[in-house]
Amino acid sequence: MPKRDDIRKILLIGSGPIIIGQACEFDYSGTQACKALREEGYEVVLVNSNPATIMTDPETAERTYIEPLTWEVVEKVIEKERPCALLPTLGGQTGLNLAMELEEQGVLEKYGVEMIGANAAVIAKAEEREQFKAAMNKIGLGVCRGETVKTLERAREIQQDIGLPCVVRPSFTMGGSGSAIAYNRDEYDTLVQRGLDQSPVTEVLIEESIIGWKEYEMEVMRDMDDNVVIICSIENFDPMGVHTGDSITVAPAQTLTDKEYQRMRDASLAVIREIGVETGGSNIQFAIHPENGRMIVIEMNPRVSRSSALASKATGFPIAKIAAKLAVGYRLWELPNDITQKTKACFEPTIDYVVTKIPRFAFEKFPEADKTLMTQMKSVGETMAIGRTFKESFQKALRGLEIGTFGFGSDGKDLWYGEDRPSRDDIRAKLATPNEDRVIYLRYAFKSGMTLEEIFELTFIDPWFLNQLKQIIDLEDRMRAIEKLSDVSDELLLTAKQNGFSDRQLATIWNLSDLEVREERINRGIRATFKSVDTCAAEFEAYTPYFYSTYEQEDETPPKDVRRKRIMILGGGPNRIGQGIEFDYCCCHASFALNDLGIESVMVNSNPETVSTDYDTSDMLFFEPLTAEDVLNICDRVQPDGVIVQFGGQTPLNLARALETAGVNIIGTSVDTIEAAEDREKFQRILDKLNLKQPANGIARTMEQAREEAKKIGFPSLVRPSFVLGGRAMEICYDKAQFEQFVAAAFVVAQGQPVLIDSFLEDAIEVDVDAICDGTDVIVAGVMEHIEEAGVHSGDSACAIPPYSLPGPVVDEIKQATKALAMELKVIGLMNIQFAVKKDDDGKPIVYVLEVNPRASRTAPFVAKATGVPIARIAAKVMAGKTLKELGITSDPIPSHVSIKESVFPFRKFVGVDIVLGPEMRSTGEVMGVSKRFSIAFAKSQLGAGIVLPKEGNVFISVSERHKDRVGELSQRLHKMGFKLLATAGTARRLSEANIPVETVKKLAEGHPNLIDHLKNEQVALILNTPNGKGARTDEGRIRATAVQNGVPCITTIQAAEAAVKAMEAMREEDFTVQSLQERFAEAKALADASKD
Amino acid sequence: MNKVAKLALEDGTIFTGKSFGAEGEIDGEVVFNTSMTGYQEILTDPSYRGQIVTMTCPEIGNVGTNSVDLENQSPHLSGFIVKENSQVYSNFRADQSLHDFMSKNGVIGIEGIDTRALVRRLRMQGAMNGVLSTVDLDDESLIAKAEQSLGLVGRDLVREVLPAQPTSWSETLSDWWHFDRDSNSPDADNAPHVVALDFGMKWNIARHLVDQGCRVTILPGTSSVDEVLSHHPDGIFLSNGPGDPEPLYYAIETIRGLFGKAPIFGICLGHQLLSLAAGAKTFKMKFGHRGANHPILNLDSKKVEITTQNHGFAVSDEELPECLEVTHRNLNDNTIAGVRHLQYPAFSVQYHPEASAGPHDSQYLFKQFREMLSKPVGAV
Repeated sequence: MPKRDDIRKILLIGSGPIIIGQACEFDYSGTQACKALREEGYEVVLVNSNPATIMTDPETAERTYIEPLTWEVVEKVIEKERPCALLPTLGGQTGLNLAMELEEQGVLEKYGVEMIGANAAVIAKAEEREQFKAAMNKIGLGVCRGETVKTLERAREIQQDIGLPCVVRPSFTMGGSGSAIAYNRDEYDTLVQRGLDQSPVTEVLIEESIIGWKEYEMEVMRDMDDNVVIICSIENFDPMGVHTGDSITVAPAQTLTDKEYQRMRDASLAVIREIGVETGGSNIQFAIHPENGRMIVIEMNPRVSRSSALASKATGFPIAKIAAKLAVGYRLWELPNDITQKTKACFEPTIDYVVTKIPRFAFEKFPEADKTLMTQMKSVGETMAIGRTFKESFQKALRGLEIGTFGFGSDGKDLWYGEDRPSRDDIRAKLATPNEDRVIYLRYAFKSGMTLEEIFELTFIDPWFLNQLKQIIDLEDRMRAIEKLSDVSDELLLTAKQNGFSDRQLATIWNLSDLEVREERINRGIRATFKSVDTCAAEFEAYTPYFYSTYEQEDETPPKDVRRKRIMILGGGPNRIGQGIEFDYCCCHASFALNDLGIESVMVNSNPETVSTDYDTSDMLFFEPLTAEDVLNICDRVQPDGVIVQFGGQTPLNLARALETAGVNIIGTSVDTIEAAEDREKFQRILDKLNLKQPANGIARTMEQAREEAKKIGFPSLVRPSFVLGGRAMEICYDKAQFEQFVAAAFVVAQGQPVLIDSFLEDAIEVDVDAICDGTDVIVAGVMEHIEEAGVHSGDSACAIPPYSLPGPVVDEIKQATKALAMELKVIGLMNIQFAVKKDDDGKPIVYVLEVNPRASRTAPFVAKATGVPIARIAAKVMAGKTLKELGITSDPIPSHVSIKESVFPFRKFVGVDIVLGPEMRSTGEVMGVSKRFSIAFAKSQLGAGIVLPKEGNVFISVSERHKDRVGELSQRLHKMGFKLLATAGTARRLSEANIPVETVKKLAEGHPNLIDHLKNEQVALILNTPNGKGARTDEGRIRATAVQNGVPCITTIQAAEAAVKAMEAMREEDFTVQSLQERFAEAKALADASKD
Repeated sequence: MNKVAKLALEDGTIFTGKSFGAEGEIDGEVVFNTSMTGYQEILTDPSYRGQIVTMTCPEIGNVGTNSVDLENQSPHLSGFIVKENSQVYSNFRADQSLHDFMSKNGVIGIEGIDTRALVRRLRMQGAMNGVLSTVDLDDESLIAKAEQSLGLVGRDLVREVLPAQPTSWSETLSDWWHFDRDSNSPDADNAPHVVALDFGMKWNIARHLVDQGCRVTILPGTSSVDEVLSHHPDGIFLSNGPGDPEPLYYAIETIRGLFGKAPIFGICLGHQLLSLAAGAKTFKMKFGHRGANHPILNLDSKKVEITTQNHGFAVSDEELPECLEVTHRNLNDNTIAGVRHLQYPAFSVQYHPEASAGPHDSQYLFKQFREMLSKPVGAV
């Protein structure tokens, strides 16, 4: 039966900001769904709070609402748009939960909106543990022994039956948030209580421990006629006990016989049927006892997931796209398989390669966090690699991770052949408890002489995988036994490449440069070949140019069309803090721009979550690690006319020099310019020439030099290692003692590179500017005024377009400085500059240049959404040779609204971490709030970020000495709004002196009831706390951490507090209204046209 | 294990890899199978007689072999081609490595070649004859042997895999078959008696018949009508088997004589023979269907089954007799995948509802057959 014609307009809910457990994969699925539905003639209304997505581009849906994802706001959208149907299964857990809330609140019924794909009953059956368990029992499938409890008392009662260790999982949280393993009774009580607090329905599941069992995932699709297919099976390298998002995973499953696999397939079909997911994709997890094969179902996600994005990239089967088409009534067999064109989507992909996914972590940003991997997800990104064998894909994935590993050992991170060779005890410890380094320590374990059996006993990693690792090590040892590369036989060298060894690893073994190894192997005719990802193991001809590299006989890339220009875009690799979806957005736009210009686009990326790695995005897709070797291999084969390195964040920039040296044409801003902006001295000369100021600064290679510089620069100062991303080890020093401590730490992180010392501009306003330059003209696309003062990492602070407090002349000065810098640096493409504005002693604002980045910035998508000007797309066209004039871009855009970007943090995942903002970036995502009024836009941005500004209740105030004057006025206003104020003695005295009623609360050291007690008893609605000190062990730190765990909004800067109070006042005067991006941009255009006349 | 092995195709292509399993030399038709699981079942499927099978899944041997997942006493295929044969095996049911299993059973294997390049060649050129050798490594000599290889067309390979005499079968499905085991145990007195004509039958078919509560007698596929009827069958099953159906005139004759005598169910070669007996034609496909992911549309229910397939010949749409109704079609290429006889209680499918290796979607066909047996013979 063809598509439904009784529905016309479909509402889609996105997944909101990037957080741990919900990343770009839902931009990928949502974007695919929008495209698929529009292709069928449906009108798509989209709600998502995350501006850094392709799905929120105005072209993706008919109506795009960048609004907070709460049911109240979505109701307004529904009221306005009157969609016929809601598709809840493509926006992650957020989208699903929100759909359920809309159902529970009666909104869907009120407006006659039908849930398609999966209805509320189905979702509840899959998500609510007891219902799910009952359903599984009904179909005869085993589940973990366990029970859902709502109180600690009940949990204590059932503990005997279930035994220890056991797993404690809060209900309805995402990414398994709050899940943990209890090994003893004390831990058990703590975890249960925390789980109850975190669960939105105050419910936790307690289950028998199945740690060490083999873990599998099945990606299943079903249509309305009950046709069900398995798209992909995934086997976890890390057995049960580690969240699948934190596990290394492999596709297809490697250690099952057909009998066991089919039994799991039958179970998957039975599960999706029993749960009743009508149409679309689901993910089902199984555990299998390694010794007796007992199989149990762990859980089912009745929606597309991170794993379905992985499965789509691993097989070439576009799960989200097909899911969207099934939701509107198509049958699987009515839809074509895009890749083969001739066959249907109703089949089970078969793959003739092995896929490995490895998660990427960011523990260095959260030193206080528990680094043990468990059932709560902690990774921030992932990389996927494809190889013809497991060994090849595994080593490729390790180099795709971009953490300094270039495979399984023999690289810069290899401790075995250095002075810090780990001891047996270290190794055993690292193996026994899952952690991010375990994979690397598996090599040390073998190297130290441990047997496969011993390693298995400690890790329960399947012996098949362990043996594969052993084979890699054996091959390494064979090569190490040979004195020099020239003595290595062609056969052995080819074998090494086939087993995934990188040139860098070989270079490390024989003490050569990467290029020397590359030349040697090319001279011997050992070159990478490229094979297609085609869903069918070559049984049918593939029409989709999706490739991976390997070392085989035959290459499948088509010959280059000599009439067409071909440009390669280098993506950003795995998500990490500081480099995420924003850059993928830019890369996609580069691809769209090339398409507009009729240029063939070639995308290279290794992040399976992304839109850029959708084979639909570019003309050619290479799923490859972003290393110089891998990129050069592709260049050898596809011969691009130019390569874009500006859009993928730091990853491609780091490759720029090596690529250019190898003769690759880097287009846009030159590599020299990129480097000049990083070079302190060169940069200083440029600023002097342009008569621009920067804070006093110095550079130090030794502690002694640092002290010298400190004397000249004075305090406070900002220290940081050079050539390091995301504000790693960046600190503000207020005195000598701090300076000594932080500089020493910076030298460690700098790894031989110098440490930079800047005078820190206290109480300065920070401004971010994004501009495009074509060499002749410069467009300043966005001037963003930060809410938080300079010193908070720009990626962590909130910011506003247009500036809300800066005087016009200062903004003009900033624009002029931007234009002068762009021209002087000969930027072609995008540029981002950070300024600070600080009043001098006479109160006159002085503009300082803090940093220039001649590349796409994290804010590019936000600027595009705030102004309606797709700056990444324009910049890509400029890089391809167009002028701004030719593109019709002649003046700086004038925004018609106030747009606020707010950052979103992963603190809830890292219990006990202090949340104070600083120069080191720690946010994972962002949201945008838009309104005519600054205060309402700010309120929306807070709500979007999950910070519910209260309308009534108690506000706790505790500010550092230097903010005590400013807080008086704020307190007065809060009091006027009817809030009851709480404060500790010092702040309370100041407020009382100003005749503001305040209740004094005990400090933690003063006994009970203190603030933490109030927090736990839900007696505090908001905390305003600007820090005196920092760190999880300080009283303040504990208060802030407790606030996060209890879901109480905690504002830690005086500027944000001021904005928040303003927002709270505005929220009393007016309710939020919603407006689509398309309407807003039309208004902005009308405004611009009017100003021209 | 590091001995060189070579594969030569009749078109002159040579692939050089490493030997595993038995050593020696063998010729046959080179084909590929896209199933990602079940190499042991594939190795022991008699339908591969005369063929050298390439697995598209690159990692093979990971789970070793066990004494349960067998589709026949021993392998019948000529040779086995993989990208990588696992050095170790890891599975709680395994009792020996794939290498040992193949060595003991005389199956010659080659690993380490670009299997995808080989598959693409077979897809584009069609299935080809080839020679796999660990003893003769001279390219020209091997190519000459490949050119002389007999191939499958017109050959009666069934006689090479037939059972010697009638046997009765009692084994039912493996404990690993169902995640929620619920099988019919045959009731000795009332169990319908199914006579299976074995042309190289996969054991899992017999297991399924037992699972359906049937008493099963297996007769060699060369049996005559009288021989079959002497067993007083309540139902007749026509098995899968290797190669070209057309030279099997004796089987076609027998089936023609059995129409109307008892309900008939045929699988794969059995389907082709049933169709030929009803007056249809068969043809050799370019490279056939071998895998566990082939979508079949059931034309009655309009539902799709994901099926296991292993055939290089198929029933032709051209000159399809009126007495046959097409019940199933392959969604990939629209070939006939199932027929029903309109005058007699007889039906057949081109694919493998017994799965093993492969999905269990089509098991209902055994039930369907079982239900036919409950009815008095002749009442259609």
